[in-house]
Amino acid sequence: MEKLLEVKDLAVSFNTYGGEVQAVRGVNFDLRKGETLAIVGESGSGKSVTSKTIMRLLAEHSVIKRGEILFEGEDLTKKSEKQMQKIRGRDISMIFQDPMTSLNPTLKVGTQIMEPLIKHQKMSKAKARERAIELLDLVGIPNAELRIKQYPHQFSGGMRQRVVVAIALACNPKLLIADEPTTALDVTIQAQILELMKDIQKKMDSAIIFITHDLGVVANVADRVAVMYAGKIVEIGTVDEIFYNPKHPYTWGLLGSMPTLDSDEDELFAIPGTPPDMTNPPKGDAFAARNKYALEIDTQLDPPMFKVSDTHYAATWLLHEDAPKIEPPEAVKRRMKGFAASVKEGEM
Amino acid sequence: MTRYILKRILYMIVTLFVIATISFFLMKMLPGSPLNAENKLTEEQQEIVLEKYGLNDPIPVQYVNYIAGLVKGDMGISFQFDSTPVTKIILDRIGPSAQLGAQALVVGVILGVLLGLIAAIFHNGVLDFTSTIIAVLGTSIPSFVFAGLLQWVFAVNLEMFPVALWESGDLSYTVLPTIALMIFPMATCARFVRTEMLEVLGSDYITTARAKGIGQAGVVFKHGLRNALIPLVTVIGPLAVGLMTGSLVIEQIFAIPGIGEQFVKSITVNDYPTIMGTTLFFSVLFIAIILVIDLLYGVIDPRIRITGGEK
Repeated sequence: MEKLLEVKDLAVSFNTYGGEVQAVRGVNFDLRKGETLAIVGESGSGKSVTSKTIMRLLAEHSVIKRGEILFEGEDLTKKSEKQMQKIRGRDISMIFQDPMTSLNPTLKVGTQIMEPLIKHQKMSKAKARERAIELLDLVGIPNAELRIKQYPHQFSGGMRQRVVVAIALACNPKLLIADEPTTALDVTIQAQILELMKDIQKKMDSAIIFITHDLGVVANVADRVAVMYAGKIVEIGTVDEIFYNPKHPYTWGLLGSMPTLDSDEDELFAIPGTPPDMTNPPKGDAFAARNKYALEIDTQLDPPMFKVSDTHYAATWLLHEDAPKIEPPEAVKRRMKGFAASVKEGEM
Repeated sequence: MTRYILKRILYMIVTLFVIATISFFLMKMLPGSPLNAENKLTEEQQEIVLEKYGLNDPIPVQYVNYIAGLVKGDMGISFQFDSTPVTKIILDRIGPSAQLGAQALVVGVILGVLLGLIAAIFHNGVLDFTSTIIAVLGTSIPSFVFAGLLQWVFAVNLEMFPVALWESGDLSYTVLPTIALMIFPMATCARFVRTEMLEVLGSDYITTARAKGIGQAGVVFKHGLRNALIPLVTVIGPLAVGLMTGSLVIEQIFAIPGIGEQFVKSITVNDYPTIMGTTLFFSVLFIAIILVIDLLYGVIDPRIRITGGEK
């Protein structure tokens, strides 16, 4: 399938009073049409910065240090602000984390949905209004005709997120970036919004970059998963590969610290330590200090991406042919089995 | 909505009654009597005058009489001008004061909002710096200093505008006092709008707007401005009131026959009915402005619209 997006060696830094913070340090991934890629990682791993860089919505003090973002073959890092304004909302759109703050409180919901339609598709007001009603129907908001005349505060959190989804979908974007779209919602609403996004993806055939720190969500929506740590992708593969055959100790840590219903452990596993200070990233593998399987070489040299399969890569020296053979910890193995079982039951 | 307004007006009347009572007794505590300046009168003549104006009655009786008059809409008769009712004095003098106040408020707020917007859009640039300096000077230097400076530069040296006085209908007399009066509201608005706008521009819904592909102008004016102006409405109320009191000083400096000038004069000669009348008049304005501001909120911010406000 054709590649829609290719991110090559992307590096982004923030200039702060404390020095240069290297938020993203060489990220590579690609995305095909209609595919869903989940980017997972803890807070500060650079996942949101990566997505904002694709939209070129970074704050003033940030700089793209190097790398390319090829969207349909064109490098977005070289576009002017005016050119980006034509791409945003039309070809690439974004869903944000907190529906309580991401809608303008003083504009009617309808106006906010109509805006990209009038701007990008040059629709008349009346036509845009019709389309806005259609969109609200599509995202499952009843009484759309009446609802477009209302203000955001007249909607509940879940309903507002549906409105945000409707705005993002207004111009049938080729790429939808969802930055933790369900984090601020309660669990039942989360499930509804995920269901809605999957549904709409099928109808519109948009590609989705799904940013989250919730592995449970990932298994549900993604085709492929990229695990980010300290501004780099440390492991990338299909959902099956990441869940049943994880190779990177950090991925083991993430999977191991995920609570499951049927786990009989007394204590939940946690990754020790804290992420490194990105004003001064450590030499070698950034995860080495928190990794009990770290090798001598981890403190010296950053591991390259080792190929596990055509779709599965991981950046850990454990995959080097000279490295000792290390099995994932028991807790993670049990979980891997658990995932396999639940997939068979089809209720992940 | 009508019910809400009626309720507020009822509260206004109660507030006015309290203000009238307190200022009546405070005024009676002022030293001296209205007859201080009339030394030529004999004891007997003074007695007659005091008797005529009811000033010989015990103070509580005077108070009851005054309030009774107020309820009937009678504010009494001025001591300074021969049998002119206070109501007429206020009505005659309100023109220049209201015109000055309104001009200063409108020009000040508009310029202030613009200045604040420019500062926020060019955050940390030269324009931001300049507008901040103007704002700090404007809030910290009192208006009478500007008044003197303006008179000296534009009236005495450049002879562009008249130094003082008032010709009704001739706008050139209003220019200097208006500028002197508007500097404070302008500076306050500028600082306020800058802070609010910066905060709004950093909010999530602005990122949403940018993510839709909206350009800078649309982001600032369509999405930002309204949200930044909501809190400004709160500031404009006290500013408008400040202009009323600020005009006391400015009217003195420019010798404008306004209500403020009249107010100051009537205090110095113990013209009780005029003092009371003007105080109550200022109070009514003040309370009315607060009500208008509360209603304005509903117009600007859909979240505050009172139940039943929708259609």
